[in-house]
Amino acid sequence: MHSLPAFSALSDILRHGLVWRAGEASRAELPGVPSGFAALDAELPGGGWPTGALTELLPEHAGIGEVRALGPALARLSNEGRWLAWIAPPYLPYAPALEAAGIDLARVMVVRTRSPQDALWAIEQALQSSACGAVLGWPEKASFAQLRRLQIAAEGSPALAFLFRSPLAARESSPAALRLHLQSLKGELAVRILKRRGGPLARPILLTPAPVVEPLRHPVPVTDHAMDRALPAAPAPRILPARLVHG
Amino acid sequence: MAENRHVLDCNAAAFALGVRPRMARAAAAALVPGLRFCERDAEAERAALEGVAGWAGCYTPNVALVARAAGPSGVLLEVSGSLKLFGGLPAITTGLVRGAHEMGFTAGIASAPTAQGAWLLARAGASSPCLALADLPRRLQPLPVEVLDCDARTLATLESVGVRTLGEVLALPRAGLARRFGAALTDELDRALGTRPDPRTFFSPPELFYAGLELPAEVREAGALVFAVQRLITQLGGFLAARDGGIQRFRIELFHKEARTDVEIGLVRPGRDAGHFALLAREKLSSLALREPVRRIALAADEVLAIAHESLDLLDDALKRPGDWHGLIERLRARLGDRAVSGLATYAEHRPEAAWRAAEPGARSPALEFGTRPLWLLQKPKRLQEVGSAPHCEGPLALLAGPERIESGWWDGHDAARDYFVARAPTESLLWVYRERGVERGHWYLHGIFG
Repeated sequence: MHSLPAFSALSDILRHGLVWRAGEASRAELPGVPSGFAALDAELPGGGWPTGALTELLPEHAGIGEVRALGPALARLSNEGRWLAWIAPPYLPYAPALEAAGIDLARVMVVRTRSPQDALWAIEQALQSSACGAVLGWPEKASFAQLRRLQIAAEGSPALAFLFRSPLAARESSPAALRLHLQSLKGELAVRILKRRGGPLARPILLTPAPVVEPLRHPVPVTDHAMDRALPAAPAPRILPARLVHG
Repeated sequence: MAENRHVLDCNAAAFALGVRPRMARAAAAALVPGLRFCERDAEAERAALEGVAGWAGCYTPNVALVARAAGPSGVLLEVSGSLKLFGGLPAITTGLVRGAHEMGFTAGIASAPTAQGAWLLARAGASSPCLALADLPRRLQPLPVEVLDCDARTLATLESVGVRTLGEVLALPRAGLARRFGAALTDELDRALGTRPDPRTFFSPPELFYAGLELPAEVREAGALVFAVQRLITQLGGFLAARDGGIQRFRIELFHKEARTDVEIGLVRPGRDAGHFALLAREKLSSLALREPVRRIALAADEVLAIAHESLDLLDDALKRPGDWHGLIERLRARLGDRAVSGLATYAEHRPEAAWRAAEPGARSPALEFGTRPLWLLQKPKRLQEVGSAPHCEGPLALLAGPERIESGWWDGHDAARDYFVARAPTESLLWVYRERGVERGHWYLHGIFG
């Protein structure tokens, strides 16, 4: 009866990171930044996107909500006045969409690079700066040693560190503390946790990142005739609010 | 080092072989065959001295130049008002030595209650400071007469009568001294001992910063210039501190045989941190490919601005402070180019490609309402394959929402008449596609991706 509270007190101390255990490579968990998706937060160590660690996102395709999934966290950080650094993005981050997602555009910086080396260098610089709330990087390629450098930079950084990589990278080992594979499943985003502190998670977590377009009941017929006539009652695209669960 | 027909100074190797300052050039050449003479460049000396004086202004506003036609020159600093601020004389002396070293000079530093006293001690290489006026005679007496500012003839006469130290000069009858050598000698001694006032004209630094440096050898790799640039940047840092100003741009000029390469470095907001400037210069130079070797470098700052002093707000929430984002942007720009880093802004325009702007990071945008917009926009719309008249992108597209008709831009020649749809590809990617209107059989284009 008395030994149990003593044990839990010890585990409390360890969990709060006041004691560093030899052989434990990872630092004690810092509280994460809530992702905006309760189902995901429940499975992430720290209860959200981890700070002080590199997070790899491996989307199967572009356009499945791989960046929108970060929307709530990015909106929150930018509105706290912290910067979002987009480094070597594959396309133009589109200002109207970012604004619609609640992101403060005055806290966005987009960095274009000419070589993979420059991209990795810029990501490291951004992580070393105290200004950033989140660093999003799209390195064309990165070796294990280069990723290790970024993981170390992320460990000393107050920023969330997201690295978008090809799904093929899932086969290689990586020093990143959190690795997520993303896939679209019947219009939802299926997140598989390949690696996290405390072991992977076999079952996927389903998210619905905003904005979502409600499927038309009657798909638009694609004919010249249909396209050429006037569209007096064109149905405005209906946007469903994100299915956010506030925990 | 030679001037006219005399040796002015020599290095240790030449000294070991018997070359001495003030020796005739011909005699030195005879003594050491193959001895290399450098002509004294009085203009370069003056510029270097003014550079040091401008930098030393960060310790006190009262800086005077000792510029002499012949012999060594120096910089005098009146530091009695700065002792408390900088933590005492040793701290200032250490700072001066280190700063001079960073600028590529070796400083001989002495301090005394009178300007001329300090100057004579410095010329004699005295290192310990003389703190009290009463100590001055004792400290000056053993100094050799060569340290005096008087002309060569006076020195020769003093030597010929067997007078070798200042103490021996002071022991001579004063009236005779003045009669024999003129008032200049007694005047100098009186100023050194503090028995006669010694007003000096203080140096006023130039409005703009410009400093150059001759490289000892041609440099072919821009990275190798970092060290030399660092010297000039140290000088710039002191100059700005003295002016209580900052700069938003500076320029490194690289002089080739004939042409010149300018390297511009910009800051997001005015600053004066020499360490940060050096970091930016290093990044910029490391990515620079030199077309020609460099012989000489210069550093220029064309506009000195007032800088805002940041006050520490005790109530400021540490998390909400944006941190040093200016510094980050400057570092990124120094290596990747000015245009590589930008912010984003929305713009009131119907055409999607014109509804945004690259802005200076931190700039505020107007609050605007748009329809459903994709997170990624393609730089240029991509023509889609069509099967029949149905759009394909890795298979047939299913149109989920639309059309949103956008017709705009007829006034500037970039008119757009399009019907936009949200489409789903077989890969389950959500795409933003449009079909041209107003032309027969309008084509389909991919314009965005709901990333």
